[in-house]
Amino acid sequence: MDSNLNFIYGHLPYWLFIILMLSGLFIVVSRGNLIKKIVGLNIFQTSVFMFYISIGKMKGGTAPILLDKSADNSAVIYSNPLPHVLILTAIVVGIATTALGLALIIKIREEYDSVEEDDIQKMDQKDLMKYNKKNVLETNS
Amino acid sequence: MASEIKQGTLELVNHLPILQVITPMLIAPILVVLNNKTLSWLLSFLGALACLFISILLMQTVSDGSILTYYLGGWVPPIGIEYRIDAANSILLFLISIISAIVLIFSYSSLHAEIPEEKHTLFYSCFLLCLTGLLGVVATADIFNVFVFLEISSLSTYVLVAQGAYFDRRALSASFNYLIMGTIGATFFVIGIGYIYMATGSLNMMDIAERVSQIGDNRTIQAGFAFIVVGMGLKLAMIPLHVWLPNAYTYAPTVVTCFLAATATKVALYVLIRFVFSVFNYEDTFVNELFFLLLMPLAVVAMIAASVIAIFKQNLKKLLAYSSLAQIGYMLLGLSLMSQKGLSSSLVHMVNHGFTKAALFMSLGAFMLNTKNVYIKSLRGLGRSMPFTSGAFVIGGLSLIGVPGTAGFISKWLLLEAALETGYWLLAILIIVSSLFAVIYIWKIIEVLYFAESTETYSEVSVLTLMPIWILAFFCIFLGINTSLTVDVANMATEILFK
Repeated sequence: MDSNLNFIYGHLPYWLFIILMLSGLFIVVSRGNLIKKIVGLNIFQTSVFMFYISIGKMKGGTAPILLDKSADNSAVIYSNPLPHVLILTAIVVGIATTALGLALIIKIREEYDSVEEDDIQKMDQKDLMKYNKKNVLETNS
Repeated sequence: MASEIKQGTLELVNHLPILQVITPMLIAPILVVLNNKTLSWLLSFLGALACLFISILLMQTVSDGSILTYYLGGWVPPIGIEYRIDAANSILLFLISIISAIVLIFSYSSLHAEIPEEKHTLFYSCFLLCLTGLLGVVATADIFNVFVFLEISSLSTYVLVAQGAYFDRRALSASFNYLIMGTIGATFFVIGIGYIYMATGSLNMMDIAERVSQIGDNRTIQAGFAFIVVGMGLKLAMIPLHVWLPNAYTYAPTVVTCFLAATATKVALYVLIRFVFSVFNYEDTFVNELFFLLLMPLAVVAMIAASVIAIFKQNLKKLLAYSSLAQIGYMLLGLSLMSQKGLSSSLVHMVNHGFTKAALFMSLGAFMLNTKNVYIKSLRGLGRSMPFTSGAFVIGGLSLIGVPGTAGFISKWLLLEAALETGYWLLAILIIVSSLFAVIYIWKIIEVLYFAESTETYSEVSVLTLMPIWILAFFCIFLGINTSLTVDVANMATEILFK
């Protein structure tokens, strides 16, 4: 029991990452509102950012800055800066995705007058029926 | 086999890997600044031609089995980002560049029918960014860089697909769905990269490969690999993750559909191949079992199910989109055989199918220029009034089926050989069955084209529209007769990948 608790506590950032990731993914899949979908996508992406940042962290580590160039710095414990840098790039990508998604939602609302997935699918289906009825080839013509 | 790494001198050939990627990237903002419709077409066409020229040079340089590397900013890997060109990605670079150049010729005449003129500059600029992303994914040897370029290409693809909204508003919902699925795929891919970085502490492919082989069996690396397979599966439209593809291809402007169908899914498949062979150990039992138990059945399902669905589609763009799904099944099947022959058939099919599908979509686009309709009914009797476009469509269709003498035959034959070599004769039968389904849906179109009574007559499209279509149709035949360009390079590539 004690070792189980230790396992859970020792991997706390990962548990949080998994919970956040799954809730984000769940929102994307289950919500019909397009804006909520984008928010879910954001939560999903943010969980990955947190995961990256947590793998760079060292216990008692400082920022990776050389304070005294002449001294021997080999004993200094510092956090790995590389995952943080990577995640800066991923954040930029995430922002671009969100912006594009919201822009698409504006266009969709202009055209469909709705941001609910169910309504849009119904309208798409109606469009499809309309076009099909006009254009389907009769088998014996 | 000669395998030398050229690095450090000022000769032009050493800078080709980076020039390949940044040429379209640098032109894209210039277009927006100039803001002139004709000039932006001309500049993007010249850029695509430059890319084509560079990719041919690269292919010549590496076709003897050598590897060309480029260190960005002079930083030596594993610290810096490395671009690494070998036979496997040079063939993909060539495919992407030549398709983009041909598609741009076609766009000159077809784009004004689908997109309002004031948007043309931005369209071309987005197109070039998409090209940059695809070329970058293929050229780089840094796994995080793969993600960045993948997102550059995907983001611009979402925009390009949404441009179809001027024709049909369903392009918007298709593009939105693609955005959601694509971003989930990309995020899964990043999680995979995170796991690999966690276990190995490196981002350079060669460096990771070395460290992975030292570590041996490791749950973290396996989890990372699984995430990458799912993420790429979403991007390459593996069958249960394919829902975005048919609508995105159907409602996007024809130019975009041609370009995406010929390149985007292939690039995602290339990333998967690269990860299996250059990053992970392809002999690892976990990788083998994953491909044998999961990807091979899915590939077979794609081959059969997507072909059957395509038979019943009346919307021709949707029909061809489903047939693309089936063809992706062939490529995945070749990869999941995990043999040299299988992989080389998969690489050859990527190129051959790229040309074939582009030819089909483009001649369909030419029909659409006249009829303003994508349904099969609108093609009645067009074989007589538009003989040249119909001829190209027939050649593309034959190549899709895999009739001897066309490009499709070569790759299907290689795949059959690979399946028989590994002893899965059932797979060989299924490949043939799937090709027979292709005969049905292609014949359905040809019948309407040539044997139905025409209700309206149209004149043939202009020479400028016909030229790109016939270049592609020419390639469909040429690659079926002269295989030195595809098969030899693919064999060289598999030798390098299997090393």
